[in-house]
Amino acid sequence: MLEVKGLRKVYQSGSREVEALRDLTFTVENGDLVCLVGPSGCGKTTLLRCLAGLLAPTAGDVRVDGKAVDGPPEGMAVVFQEYGRSLFPWMNVRDNVELPLKQKKVPKRRRQELIEQSLDAVGLTGSAAAYPWQLSGGMQQRVAIARAVAYEPRTLLMDEPFAAVDAQTRADLEDLVRELWKRLGVTILFVTHDIDESVYLGQRVVMLSSSPTVVQDELLIDLPADRDQLTTRADPRFIALRTRVYEQIQAAKKNAER
Amino acid sequence: MTTARRGNPAGDTVLLGVAGLAGLLLIIELMPRLGLVDERFLPPASRIMAALAEEAASGAFWTALSDTLVAWALGLAIAVAAGVLAGLVIGSVPALRALTASTVEFLRPIPSVALIPLAVLLYGTDLGSTLLLVCYAAFWQVLVQVLYGVADVDPVAFETARSFRFSAWARIRHVLWPTALPYVFTGVRLAASVALVLAITAELVIGSPGLGKEIAVAQASEAVPTMYALIVVTGVLGVLINLLARTGERRLLAWHQSVRGEVSA
Repeated sequence: MLEVKGLRKVYQSGSREVEALRDLTFTVENGDLVCLVGPSGCGKTTLLRCLAGLLAPTAGDVRVDGKAVDGPPEGMAVVFQEYGRSLFPWMNVRDNVELPLKQKKVPKRRRQELIEQSLDAVGLTGSAAAYPWQLSGGMQQRVAIARAVAYEPRTLLMDEPFAAVDAQTRADLEDLVRELWKRLGVTILFVTHDIDESVYLGQRVVMLSSSPTVVQDELLIDLPADRDQLTTRADPRFIALRTRVYEQIQAAKKNAER
Repeated sequence: MTTARRGNPAGDTVLLGVAGLAGLLLIIELMPRLGLVDERFLPPASRIMAALAEEAASGAFWTALSDTLVAWALGLAIAVAAGVLAGLVIGSVPALRALTASTVEFLRPIPSVALIPLAVLLYGTDLGSTLLLVCYAAFWQVLVQVLYGVADVDPVAFETARSFRFSAWARIRHVLWPTALPYVFTGVRLAASVALVLAITAELVIGSPGLGKEIAVAQASEAVPTMYALIVVTGVLGVLINLLARTGERRLLAWHQSVRGEVSA
């Protein structure tokens, strides 16, 4: 379970203060898939870095499974937007996936199993020996996902992971995330600026306001668990939900302008 | 990872290079023979070659060559080890970097040859003198490159390592070091050339054993062709060292952008 309570982050550069996050409170239950959506520049990445223990908040706290986060917590994996920079170019796909497992002191035989399973799961069975830069953008992000999955996290944070891939690849990767989530029972927090994506993927959508950021609204996505790109996106319920999220985001932007 | 190229421009380049070198030799052969320059100062290429062959047959030449190579290799090794270590430590501690920045900028431009009197005071005409100069010159080349390399670490790669709870050592070993490696190679390549220059200089000026000393001796005894022959040897050494460094770089950094670019071009 991921609990965020009264989270505030103020960046200080010299005498200038920038309040990125004002007051955020929300919870992600175990096994839930929650999408965080907000207008661009609303501090989504700041929030994610606070959750991942990579950045210390100014006030408030983050708890993972009841334990306060003061550094990268155990049992958490992060998938970054910049897959090209997150993968290590000096290692092939297999070594990229294996390195975090070595750091976690997973025994060798188990590592081999995990690498194979995770590469199979993301559809990269034959690419273990390739270097990341030999793969397309979509495939690189699959490697990053495989690396996170092999790590067997209880919580998976994804920071706009598909913002830099083309639309068709993006649809495939969205379905991959849903499929992995259902199969592994992992808790996923998925940050995005794409309203359709948040509704399509999430069980719940948390909408953020413009910076300084608060939680604007939360919405339960009561779509069937089995979703697919054609029927789900044409479902009247999907359209109603995306309209609702869209309105809230627009309202958030207007509030900021006032 | 070599690919056959259309029209083989690489082969043509080599051919042109050889032709250019042959042309130079021809000019050097003809100039003294036609009386354009005094033969006492520039003997024809054929006589230089003959002197070179004569040198190659003598034991003293090989001793001098190995003295120079030992001084070069030892000095370079010490400088690289110290430069890499200092660079990694200084580079990864921002406070240390700020503390040392001005000192480095002051010490680095001091020409190594300005330390010749000090070297003589400390070590006389021993190997130590040569080593001191070689190390001083080569160290900065490596250190500065390693500092650049450490500064080039991608924050996303570093945060990835942190998020997977890599230990401090693992972050250096698996993120910092591979990022800095191309810079280290550049540093080593630059240092290798500088080290040769300083090794020869030290031998020439101080008279510590090696090719430089032999050049000075040849000059003093008016064995001008021999002097030129030895100069040619130092030039060949320079070329070989550069070639060695570049080949090593390409082999070990096949994954790196700078090398990848050359291959696919």
